[in-house]
Amino acid sequence: MFGYSMADISNIVVMQGFSGLSMFTVLLLMALGLAIIFGQMGVINMAHGEFMTIGAYTTVMLSKVAATYGFVNYYFIFAIILAFILAFALGYFIEFVMIRHLYKRPLDTLLATWGLSLVMQQVFRSTFGAKEVSAELPEWMLGSFKPTPDIDIPINGVFVMFLALLVTAGVYLFMYRSRWGLRVRATVQNRIMAGAVGINTQKVDRVTFALGCGIAGIAGAAFTTIASTGPTTGTLYIVDSFMVVVFGGAASLMGTITSAFGIAQAQSILQFFMTSSMGKVSTLLVIVGILMMKPEGLFASKLRK
Amino acid sequence: MNTLFNKIASSSIVGGKQGLLGLAVLAALIFIILPLGVDLFRLNLIGKYLTYAFVAVSLVLLWGNGGILSLGQGIFFGLGGYGMAMFMKLEASDPITTKIQTTPGIPDFMDWNQLTSIPWFWQPFKSLPLTILAILVIPALFAYLIGFAMFKRRVGGVYFAIITQAIALILSILIVGQQGFTGGVNGITDLKTVLGWDTRTDAAKYILYYLNGILLFGSIFLSRYILSSKFGMLLLAMRDKEERVRFSGYDVSDFKIFIFCVAAIISAIGGAMFTLQVGFMSPSFVGIVPSIEMVIFCAVGGRASLIGAVYGTLLVNYGKTFFSETYPELWLFLMGGLFISVVMFFPDGIAGLYNKYARKIKFLNRFTETNKVAATTEPKGAKA
Repeated sequence: MFGYSMADISNIVVMQGFSGLSMFTVLLLMALGLAIIFGQMGVINMAHGEFMTIGAYTTVMLSKVAATYGFVNYYFIFAIILAFILAFALGYFIEFVMIRHLYKRPLDTLLATWGLSLVMQQVFRSTFGAKEVSAELPEWMLGSFKPTPDIDIPINGVFVMFLALLVTAGVYLFMYRSRWGLRVRATVQNRIMAGAVGINTQKVDRVTFALGCGIAGIAGAAFTTIASTGPTTGTLYIVDSFMVVVFGGAASLMGTITSAFGIAQAQSILQFFMTSSMGKVSTLLVIVGILMMKPEGLFASKLRK
Repeated sequence: MNTLFNKIASSSIVGGKQGLLGLAVLAALIFIILPLGVDLFRLNLIGKYLTYAFVAVSLVLLWGNGGILSLGQGIFFGLGGYGMAMFMKLEASDPITTKIQTTPGIPDFMDWNQLTSIPWFWQPFKSLPLTILAILVIPALFAYLIGFAMFKRRVGGVYFAIITQAIALILSILIVGQQGFTGGVNGITDLKTVLGWDTRTDAAKYILYYLNGILLFGSIFLSRYILSSKFGMLLLAMRDKEERVRFSGYDVSDFKIFIFCVAAIISAIGGAMFTLQVGFMSPSFVGIVPSIEMVIFCAVGGRASLIGAVYGTLLVNYGKTFFSETYPELWLFLMGGLFISVVMFFPDGIAGLYNKYARKIKFLNRFTETNKVAATTEPKGAKA
């Protein structure tokens, strides 16, 4: 195949597979937030990528502060928390002033949040400049891990992957094991009944939306470890993340994880054998093709609406 | 005279006296006021905007009246535009002008990418009739395929929007990636003539502007005709209560596929006219951003109003040009604010505002008192 030996192929697959894991992490975190917002609430948040960018800029800024005061080795933990808090707070605010007026018109939330994303991009550009900036990574994240001489696995990729798994577990616990998650699911299933049994559905909506945005913020923090951040960084991932959510079956956590993994790995491995644009095109084409045959996605919830 | 007037006014494609007034104002603006009032450079720019209006009109059919939001109209605009661009590029690449190339007689970007012959799918674009046929048929066919696959499986609403958006992304990446076949990110440039007729002279620019205007009016008439027929009623019914239409025994998916194809053809005509007037075509008119911007043109004008869509397109693009020339920083804020405010505060766009306020003006009521139901026009004062 393509003039590579079998051993080469397996090495390439392992290494591209690990570089795909970084992308998988960002996609998974982005898509988790979207799956909550879109899957549970039916709101299409086109500004989701910009919430990720907020997290990324937060991390970059904090790393600059850390470099001045010499706590580079630990700042990342604070960056993740701060990124989450900032994105959460802005999401809370946006839900209050904008999204809640549009719940009955899902297609219109799409346009309004697209407008929001334009405004946010310009804010980033005016504040941080048009140039891409990158975070100072702590030293322990920079090296790489070599199980065999031919295989090279960057540590930052492994780190963000654990981060993603942690967040996923957190989302699972929140949605399926906590009081809040119960309220969210009840509101999704039957808003009127949920209201009748005393759940403040408006508050549930606000927290759900803000939570989705907050997770996008964490995605941004993870993103800084693999690439540099610019004002339009978020737009690179928005279509991919939507495809992940739709492909996995909205409202299914397992589906989101599986499809994020599948899409990221397919792109990463195909990009090695073809040009990067063709890798992306063929992945997206396959997804669109499958979605046309199976519009409800891989793991559709068997819920009657 | 009066009877003739009534006859015209009552025909379905005009839309009553109210519709006639709106069309007359728009026609006066496009065919008389603008050509006399602005210089050729600006007129050419307005001609370019009016090619986007084709897409906005197609979205009025599809989204405003059919409830189907396509975020991929740039696909069809691009297919039409690229069709025309391929024809003009082949004509511009005759062996004599391209004799410095390694392989004379093929478009320059193919030569740069080590192609030695014209690929098979470029061959039909050597002839103008085949090109025009392709501009109309390929988008329709493509729309039919997408529509068939999705509407037959009852994929609609948000999912349709996301998937059409993904297709727009795929097409734009493909065009950028396949540089040797498509001209890559620069697109197809240096287009000069159509069958030996130079499109860059002043006279040609005027002719193309008028041709564009006439085709735009043709599209509006076609859309009016569709909307005022029984089919148009069904379309509205599908938008408002799809299940009920289905239970009444109609195959909803067939109607949706049909309107999607019509919208695709109208957008493709716009794309072809774009190439003719502007002289190039590039992937930046195909992808996600242009596709969604065209939705906002339609939303600003009033998503259910055909004439409003034209004003919306002119207004937003005029604003874009004005602000990106004078205050480039401000433009994205304004554009974003426009998206948000149109959706939140004026869901019916300027057509809705007109119906609410301008009709209180007595002068206009003299014309429109008889027909207060389907009002979708614009006051003369609208900026363009």
